[in-house]
Amino acid sequence: MTKGHQQVDHNIDIAPGDEHLEGGGISQRVLGYLIGLGLAILLTATSFFIAGTDLFWQPSIPVALVVLAIAQMGVHLVFFLHITAGADNTNNILALAFGVLIVMLVIGGSLWIMANLNHNMMPMDQLMQIQR
Amino acid sequence: MADQTMAYADGDPHHVRGALEHSGPASKRIVTGYGFWIFILSDMVMFSAFFATYAVLLGQTAGGPRGGQLFDLPNVAIETGFLLASSFTCGLATIAADARNKFWFQIAMTVTCLLGLAFLTIEGREFASLVARGAGPTRSAFLSAFFTLVGCHGLHVSGGILWLLTMMAQVFAKGFRADIQRRILCFALFWHALDIIWIAVFTVVYLLGSAA
Amino acid sequence: MLGKLNWSAIPIDQPIPMITSAVVALAILGILAWVVVKGHMPYLWEEWITSVDHKRIGVMYILLAAVMLLRGFADAIMMRGQQAVAFHSQGYLPPEHFNQIFSAHGTIMIFFVAMPFVIGLMNLVVPLQLGVRDVAFPTLNSVGFWLTATGALLVNISLVIGEFARTGWLPYPPLSELTYSPGVGVDYYLWSLEISGVGTLVAGINLVTTVLKLRTRGMTLLRMPMFCWTTLASNLLIVAAFPILTATLAMLILDRYFGFHFFTNEAGGNMMMFMNLIWAWGHPEVYILILPAFGVFSEVVSTFSGKPLFGYRSMVLATMAICVISFMVWLHHFFTMGAGPDVNAIFGIASMIIAVPTGVKIYNWLFTMYGGRVRFATPMLWSIGFMVTFIIGGLTGVLVAVPPADFLLHNSLFLVAHFHNVIIGGVLFGAFAGYTYWFPKAFGFRLHEGFGKAAFWFWLIGFYVAFMPLYAVGMLGMTRRMQHYDVPEWRPWLMLAAFGAVLILIGIVFQILQLVVSIRHRDELCDRTGDPWHGRSLEWATASPPPVFNFAIPPDVRGEGAYWAMKTHAQRQDLEKHEPEYEDIEMPRNSPTGFVCAFFATVMGFALIWHIWWMVAAGLVGAFATFVAFAWRDHDEYVIPAAEVARIDRANLAERRALLGAAGSS
Repeated sequence: MTKGHQQVDHNIDIAPGDEHLEGGGISQRVLGYLIGLGLAILLTATSFFIAGTDLFWQPSIPVALVVLAIAQMGVHLVFFLHITAGADNTNNILALAFGVLIVMLVIGGSLWIMANLNHNMMPMDQLMQIQR
Repeated sequence: MADQTMAYADGDPHHVRGALEHSGPASKRIVTGYGFWIFILSDMVMFSAFFATYAVLLGQTAGGPRGGQLFDLPNVAIETGFLLASSFTCGLATIAADARNKFWFQIAMTVTCLLGLAFLTIEGREFASLVARGAGPTRSAFLSAFFTLVGCHGLHVSGGILWLLTMMAQVFAKGFRADIQRRILCFALFWHALDIIWIAVFTVVYLLGSAA
Repeated sequence: MLGKLNWSAIPIDQPIPMITSAVVALAILGILAWVVVKGHMPYLWEEWITSVDHKRIGVMYILLAAVMLLRGFADAIMMRGQQAVAFHSQGYLPPEHFNQIFSAHGTIMIFFVAMPFVIGLMNLVVPLQLGVRDVAFPTLNSVGFWLTATGALLVNISLVIGEFARTGWLPYPPLSELTYSPGVGVDYYLWSLEISGVGTLVAGINLVTTVLKLRTRGMTLLRMPMFCWTTLASNLLIVAAFPILTATLAMLILDRYFGFHFFTNEAGGNMMMFMNLIWAWGHPEVYILILPAFGVFSEVVSTFSGKPLFGYRSMVLATMAICVISFMVWLHHFFTMGAGPDVNAIFGIASMIIAVPTGVKIYNWLFTMYGGRVRFATPMLWSIGFMVTFIIGGLTGVLVAVPPADFLLHNSLFLVAHFHNVIIGGVLFGAFAGYTYWFPKAFGFRLHEGFGKAAFWFWLIGFYVAFMPLYAVGMLGMTRRMQHYDVPEWRPWLMLAAFGAVLILIGIVFQILQLVVSIRHRDELCDRTGDPWHGRSLEWATASPPPVFNFAIPPDVRGEGAYWAMKTHAQRQDLEKHEPEYEDIEMPRNSPTGFVCAFFATVMGFALIWHIWWMVAAGLVGAFATFVAFAWRDHDEYVIPAAEVARIDRANLAERRALLGAAGSS
C-alpha cells in the first residue's frame, strides 16, 4: 500500500479526483484550476445573461440554458474533479456513466409517466368540485 | 513459469490469450476515492428524485405565487459566484495538501469555509424572506418541492462545512497522514460535486423557473 | 419533555402483542443474563459486536435475518389463520390489528429478512471468492450492519410502544398522510427504513468497491465466480435505487412533520408521484434480492454437478442486462393508475423483455446439470426446488406484465401469490441454499443432512399448499388484505392455504432442529479440509473457518474455477510441498464505531418518532462525535507476525495435503 498518493502503483488506474502528475508542478496545477474557474465563470455569466435578456428568440433560451449547464458540468468534471477520458479513468467514467443513466431514467421516466397520468386524469380541484 | 501458466490455463475453457492481466488489489487511495465516488453518484440519484418531483409539481402553485414572481436573480448570481469561488479555493487546498504545506492548506480551507458560509447566509435570507412573504413550503406543492430541492443542497453544503472544519482540525492536530490525505481527497470530491449539483439547481430552478 | 410519549402508548388492552413482547423480552433478558453470568460478555464484545471482520459481520447479518424471519412468519401464520376463520365473522384479529400485521409482515420480510440474508451471504463469501483479506471499508461495513439492526429494532419496539403502520408495506398516500394516519405507526415505518436504508447504502458502496477494486492477482473480471458478478450487479442496483427510497420517504416525512404538500390532497400535492418514485426504487429492489440468489444457485449447481457453469459469459451478460433493464419497468406496478395505452404498453413490453435474461439463466443451470454427476445434497435440493417454483412464479409474472390482464388481477390474491412465488421460491430458497452451502465454511462443520432435507420438503410442499390456493382464490376475485369476507367459494381455498402455512411452520421447526442437532454433533460433522463439497472457487482454498486474514499468501489466479485448477494442478505435479514464504499481515483493528453509532441512531430514531426534540439533537451530536473519535485514532491496523501466520497456515496445509493425497489415490 502506498503512503502518499504521489506514487501511483497502478499505471492503469487512478483515484477519482487525482490528477496525472507527470512533470506538472504546483503552478501548473493552479493554472489548471484557474482555467476551469475562468470557463465556469464565462458559462455561468452567459447563462444568467441570456435568461434575463430579450435579445434572442425566446423559445431557444431554455435549450441554450440546458446546453450551457451541461457544458459547465463538463468543465467542472474535467478541471476540478479531473475525470478525463484517459485509460486510467475508465473505471471512474464507467461508474459516472451508470449514474448518469440512472438519473436520466428516473427524471425522464417520471416526467413522462406523470405527464401521461395528468393528461388522463381530471385535475384534482375539478374532481373535488364534481364530488361536492 | 510459462509451463505453469499453461497448466493452469488447461482448466479454463474461456482462456483468452493475451488478455490483460490483473495485478491485484488497488492501493488504498484508489479504493477509498472510488468508494466515495460511488457514494457521490448515489447522492446524484437522490437529487434526481427531488429534481423529478420539482419538475412534476412545478405548475401546482395552488393559486399561490409562481417561481418568476419570487426569484431574485441577481441574488442567485452572487450566491453562485460564492460557491464557484469556494470550489476553486477547495482545489487550491487540495494542491496545498499534496504539497504538504500546512499553512496554505489552512488558509485555503478557511477561505473555502467563509465562501460556503456566505452562500448559506444568502440562501437562508432568501428562504426567510419567502416565508415572511407568505410563500413558505406549506403554501403549495410547488413551494414544498422548491424548498426541499434547494434546501437539500443547502443541507449538503452545511454538512460539507462541518466536515471541512473537522478536516482542518485533523490536519492541525495530526498533519498530513496518509488516511487524512485520503479524507481530503474525498472532501474535495464532495465539495466539487456539490457545485455541479448547484449548476443544475440554478439552471433548472432559478433560470428556467423565472421564465415560467 | 417526552414529546408525544406517555403511558397510553403501551397497548395494555391488546393481549397478543403484550404477551408476545413479554415472552420475547423475557427470552432476551434470559440470554443476556446467561451471557453475563457465564462470562461470555467480553468475548461477545471483542469478537463479534466490535468486529470488523467481513465473515463475522456476514454471520451477524444472517442471524438478524433468521430472527426476523421468525417474527415475519409469526405475522404470516396469524394472517392465514385469521382469513381461514373470518368467514361471516370478525375472526380473532380486530381490523386495526390485522392491518398492522400485514404491514409489518411485508416490511419485515423484505427489509429485515431478505435484505440482510443476501447481504450477509455476500459479505461472508465475496472477499473469500475474490481471494482478498477483507472488504474495501471494514469499519463502515460494521456501521452498515448495526444501522440495519437499528431499523429492525425500531420495528419491533413498535410492538410494545405505540403501534406500527396500517398502510401496507408501502405507505401509499394519502392514507399515510397525517390526516388519515395520525398515529405514530407510519413514523415508525419511515424512520426505521430511513436508518436501515443508510446501512444498506453503505453495504452497497462497500461491496461494489470490493468487487471492482479488490481482487487478488490474476482475478480478472471474467474469471470471477458467478456469485461475485451477481453481487456486483445487485449492489450497483442498491447504490442506484436506495437513494430514491430515501428521498421519497423524506418527502413523506416532510409532509407529515412540517405540513409540506408533496403527496397531499390539498394545495396541489400529487400522490401519484409517490407511487411513481417508490416503485422506481421498488422494482430494482426485487432484483437486488433475486440476483444474489441467482449467484448462489450458479455456485451450487456447478459444484454439485461437478462441472463448470454452462455459458458463463452469457450468464454475465444476462446478469448485467437485468441490472440495467430492471430500471425500465417500474410502471408495471401501477398499470391501473391511469397512464395511457402507449406508456402502459411500453412498460409492459419491457417487463416481458426482462424475463428473457432470466430464462437464459434457467437454461444455463439446466445445461450445467446435463451430463454432470449430480449430487443431491441439501443445497442442490433447494436449487432444484427453486428452478421448478421460480418458473411458475416467472410465468405468472409475465402474465401480469400484460396490462389488460393486470387490470383484472391487480391487487388480487393472484398478485400476492405471484410475488410470494418468486420471493420465497427465488430469494428465500436461494438464501437457504447459500446458508447450507457456506455454513461449513463459516463454522467448520456441516449442517445435518437429514434434518435439512426434511426442512426442504416441508418448505417446498408447504409453499405449494399455501400459495397455489391463493392463485385460485385470486382468480375468484378475492382482493388482498381482507380482514373478513362472506364469499363461500373462497373459504376452502383459504383453509387449505392456512394448512400450507402450518407445513411451512414444520419446515422452520426442522431448520431450528437442524441447527441445534448440528451444533451438538459438530465433531462428527466437522470439516477439516476446508473443502467439504469439492468446490471450484477460492473460498474453499482456505481453512474452515478461515483465519482472520483469510489467505496466508494471496492466491494467484490463472483461470476460471481458480481453486479447481489449483487442486487438479497440485495433484498432477505435487507442487504444494514447498513451504511458501510468509510475511507479516496487517489487518484492520476492531472498532465499536458501528455499535455506538447505531446506538445513537436508535435514540435519534425513537426520539424523532415521538417528537422528543432534545433527544434528537443529542443523538445527532453523539453520532457525529463517534465518527470524529473514529477518525482521530492513530492506529487503525494491527500486525499478525509472519511466524503466527506460518503456524496457522501449516496446520491448514497439512489437512489439505491429506485430502489431496486421499483424492489422488482414490
